[in-house]
Amino acid sequence: MINKIWAFFIIVGSIFCIATGKMDILNEEILKSAKTGFDMALELFPVMALWLGIMNIASVSGLLNKLAQLISPLLRKLFPEIPKNHESLSYIASNIVINMAGLGSAATPFGLKAMKSLQELNPKKDTASRSMITFLVLNTSGVTIIPTTIISLRMMYGSVNPTGIVIACILATLCSTTGGLIIDRLIARRKKYAKNTV
Amino acid sequence: MLKTLSSLMIPLMVLLVLIYGILKKIDVYDVFIDGAKESFGMILELLPTLLGMILGINIFLKSGVLEFVLKGFTPFFQYLKVPLEIVPMAIMRPISGGSTLAILNNIYETFGPDGYLGTLASVIQGSTDTTFYVLTLYFGSIGIKKIRYAMWAGLCADLIGIISSVTIVNLLF
Repeated sequence: MINKIWAFFIIVGSIFCIATGKMDILNEEILKSAKTGFDMALELFPVMALWLGIMNIASVSGLLNKLAQLISPLLRKLFPEIPKNHESLSYIASNIVINMAGLGSAATPFGLKAMKSLQELNPKKDTASRSMITFLVLNTSGVTIIPTTIISLRMMYGSVNPTGIVIACILATLCSTTGGLIIDRLIARRKKYAKNTV
Repeated sequence: MLKTLSSLMIPLMVLLVLIYGILKKIDVYDVFIDGAKESFGMILELLPTLLGMILGINIFLKSGVLEFVLKGFTPFFQYLKVPLEIVPMAIMRPISGGSTLAILNNIYETFGPDGYLGTLASVIQGSTDTTFYVLTLYFGSIGIKKIRYAMWAGLCADLIGIISSVTIVNLLF
């Protein structure tokens, strides 16, 4: 899908530029965008390195595990189908904690492990189980406490207060996560889906 | 108050991690360096995506085609109190992380990171995720073909994120 969208952007944008006589803008964008992309990656790189370093301390010292334990009672409520002490719960917890630090890509390996381990509990191997979907919603609603990428981009553009949006982000994240989970529960309860509950 | 609290979050978190590491007798510096090294791989993976997406998004946005198409819907978005400039971001957010970053970049570049639009775009970016990407990656990795209501639930969460971002930014800033 992304291949078509990308081509669509360039083709439609170019044709519209040519049709409305904005050739200079089109030329400038084609030549300039590579540098903008490179600048962005350059700006994100040190912040990513910094947070991956900090998160590694948290992981090696066992702080991540501790946090994961802290949220595990909550997880057991959200995933009633998963047996107690099943390893998938700890993967889910690690994934959530790392996501909170705004390191989405570092959280992915744990997410994949969690999915694999949820698949072991799944009676129908080609169909998504209820816990998988709940986990997915938790993941996509973006439980973020420190939005690292955004902060570094704001710095790149000379924001007066790059971290000023943190609290607003946390509040919005809380709303989307809670809302997402409520909707997930409501759909899961409908008769059509209730049969495949694990 | 809110800004002080916002700017306290990160230092507090760093301190907490560091002090916990020292209490557990970890070689904090060595461990930090090890973790930081992982960023090389991640940035190498991200760079081509960013280059490609910024090219596509910038040509599309700067051509003005979107304003042309969305003109008819202006009253609708005004009624919802959603600025027109945010609409492409809201549409692309679930589909592609790279393109949303490119749009965010574009908004900062044009309107600055601290204005209303810059703040709103930041909060939207922070409270949503690339649903389709996560969906394909996670379900693809274990061979799930029937995803049932997963897509709808994920998209609903994104929509709630966008609506609450607009509400919260309107209330707080």
